[in-house]
Amino acid sequence: MNDMTKIERTVDMQTNKISAKNVQVHYGDTHAIKDVNVEIQDKTVTSFIGPSGCGKSTFLRCLNRMNDTIDICRVQGDILLDGEDIYDKRVDPVQLRAKVGMVFQKPNPFPKSIYDNIAYGPRIHGLARNKAELDEIVEKSLRRGAIWDEVKDRLHAPGTGLSGGQQQRLCIARAVATEPEVLLMDEPCSALDPIATAQVEELIDELREKFAVVIVTHSMQQAARVSQKTAFFHMGNLVEYDDTTKIFTNPEDSRTEAYITGRIG
Amino acid sequence: MTDMTANGVPEATPHAKSSLLTQDAHTKQRNAAEKRFRIYGITAIAIGLVFLVLLISSILFKGVGAFQQTKLTLQVELLEAKLDKSGTRDIEKIKKVTTFGYNPLIDTAIKRALEEGGIENPFSKGKDLRKLLSSGAAAQIREFVVANPDRIGDTVEFKLLASSRVDGYLKGRVSRESLARDKNLTPVHLDMVDQMRETGVVNKGFNLSFITGADASESRPEQAGIGVSMLGSFYMMLVVLTAALPIGVAASIYLEEFAKQNWFTDLIEVNISNLAAVPSIVFGILGLAVFIQFAHLPQSAPLVGGLVLTLMTLPTIIISTRASLKAVPPSIREAALGVGASKMQTVFHHVLPLAMPGILTGTIIGLAQALGETAPLLLIGMVGYIASNPPEGLIDGFLSPNSAMPAQIYEWAKRADPAYYERAWGGIIILLLFLMTMNIIAILLRRRFERRW
Repeated sequence: MNDMTKIERTVDMQTNKISAKNVQVHYGDTHAIKDVNVEIQDKTVTSFIGPSGCGKSTFLRCLNRMNDTIDICRVQGDILLDGEDIYDKRVDPVQLRAKVGMVFQKPNPFPKSIYDNIAYGPRIHGLARNKAELDEIVEKSLRRGAIWDEVKDRLHAPGTGLSGGQQQRLCIARAVATEPEVLLMDEPCSALDPIATAQVEELIDELREKFAVVIVTHSMQQAARVSQKTAFFHMGNLVEYDDTTKIFTNPEDSRTEAYITGRIG
Repeated sequence: MTDMTANGVPEATPHAKSSLLTQDAHTKQRNAAEKRFRIYGITAIAIGLVFLVLLISSILFKGVGAFQQTKLTLQVELLEAKLDKSGTRDIEKIKKVTTFGYNPLIDTAIKRALEEGGIENPFSKGKDLRKLLSSGAAAQIREFVVANPDRIGDTVEFKLLASSRVDGYLKGRVSRESLARDKNLTPVHLDMVDQMRETGVVNKGFNLSFITGADASESRPEQAGIGVSMLGSFYMMLVVLTAALPIGVAASIYLEEFAKQNWFTDLIEVNISNLAAVPSIVFGILGLAVFIQFAHLPQSAPLVGGLVLTLMTLPTIIISTRASLKAVPPSIREAALGVGASKMQTVFHHVLPLAMPGILTGTIIGLAQALGETAPLLLIGMVGYIASNPPEGLIDGFLSPNSAMPAQIYEWAKRADPAYYERAWGGIIILLLFLMTMNIIAILLRRRFERRW
């Protein structure tokens, strides 16, 4: 992967949402991410694949500074969101996370009602002026999360009482409720059964219309199904980043080929 | 298998085919061990239960007497000639009449009761008759007269405290044999008491003043009550709750959620754990040095006691609060941070409500521990102080010298008179009732908070 191809690609595709330049991450003495450069495009699903421990989740967590909560984690290099460095001293990570929402591996609804789960983000960011507006946001978010029809009659029932797949869609709805620009998903389907996975994947495809979606996944099939762009990580390096179809049909790097054909990983 | 033996091949395999319907030796051994362990467990629990039943029944058996008190119902004529010679009803002059001045009135009243009941009076001296009554009886009448000077000249019915010996006789603690070595009362008195019971002069009734009253001097156990020291304990608990809960919770939240992990926080952590194991008397001497000698706070005051107990309770609260904060799944924190909540919003909106049941349990356990603590109070002068008057108002409650329930119980238990022994057990019943109430409150609060999923 040389610089020329990268420039060509960005020109003929849509605008870049996030660009990472020379990102290095250290956990104490461990060099977890080595010199990663990547351009994530708006209104596109980008998937990060790679074997366990390759750094894909770590890199994802750099994009909304979730790594800040880990004391021993150090991030170097530039990550630009719409041209602004998110690791600039003036950036408040709290404000950043409202713009870059996150969905986690295990569904983690708050132990509150379904309504309060969705309304929490808009409330703390002051997105609604009154109850009617908040109701509207909740309904819109639940519809975007493709879960409205299932929960509209029990909005005040506990969110933890839903099934695993419903909980994960609730978490996605919660993440979109704060009107983020980017949605990060850390293996969102690994705790779900195939039917729930299919529903969530369908939802991810719909979310592409509004957001830039970045998804970390262990399943290559999933990456092939939902994403337009795929990045392959190996041992902390970004080995290859290209259109999903190209990665899965005609990878340039031998390691990528080995991984997608099941020889490493 | 039968084929093999028929072919003459010996069964050498260690895992011979066995039936599931019979237990092999190894399984039998394991099952027996399990059975033995169950028996040990049941025995341990049974022993514990036996001791609990023994403890509670002995406390009840010995302490229940403190809740009953013998009284003499007497018609006392408040003679003007004795109480208000001038006849002006001047309150200052009435106050000048000491309790000695009331003794003749009591003598007359007892004699009158004896005459009305047709009971023979073997004593010539009034002093001997008055041994039936508490030495506080005259004070009881005087208090009434000072409060109602207009009643002088009337005959008023009084329920006067019987002496502790008479009370003990009715409760079975004192007998004619035990009086042989007791110069306070003679068997003749007991004969009179028997007769007076029949005429209804001597009665045993519920002893409200034990629960509401103040401690009395060594010679008047019949007057002693736990009420004032109960107030002392109450004010101390207020201090502990308002000081230890916010400090403890704030410290634990900071250490658990905000502080960076380094050698300094490790040091603090180790020291908090160590503080929990420091003997409580050490906190007492710290309180004496810091609060009384250095800060010049009043001695024996519930404020100081409360502060000392706060120091003692803090480690308990911090440890349990940190444990319950740690028990909140990290996914909840991530979820809140993920939607853009600040660290403080994460803690106060999500983590703290989930940790609340644990925090409350820890706090109430700490409070219960503080409520029953005696040793640190020794050093700040709350043990042995005889609080004879209830505090007036809130500030007085915190600052004026007082005792505390466990200190009062200890004080009673070390006095010589067996009547005080009974009071000590009665005090323990009240203390246990308090602890039980606190535990029930803890359980109820926990249930309430846990309902929020």
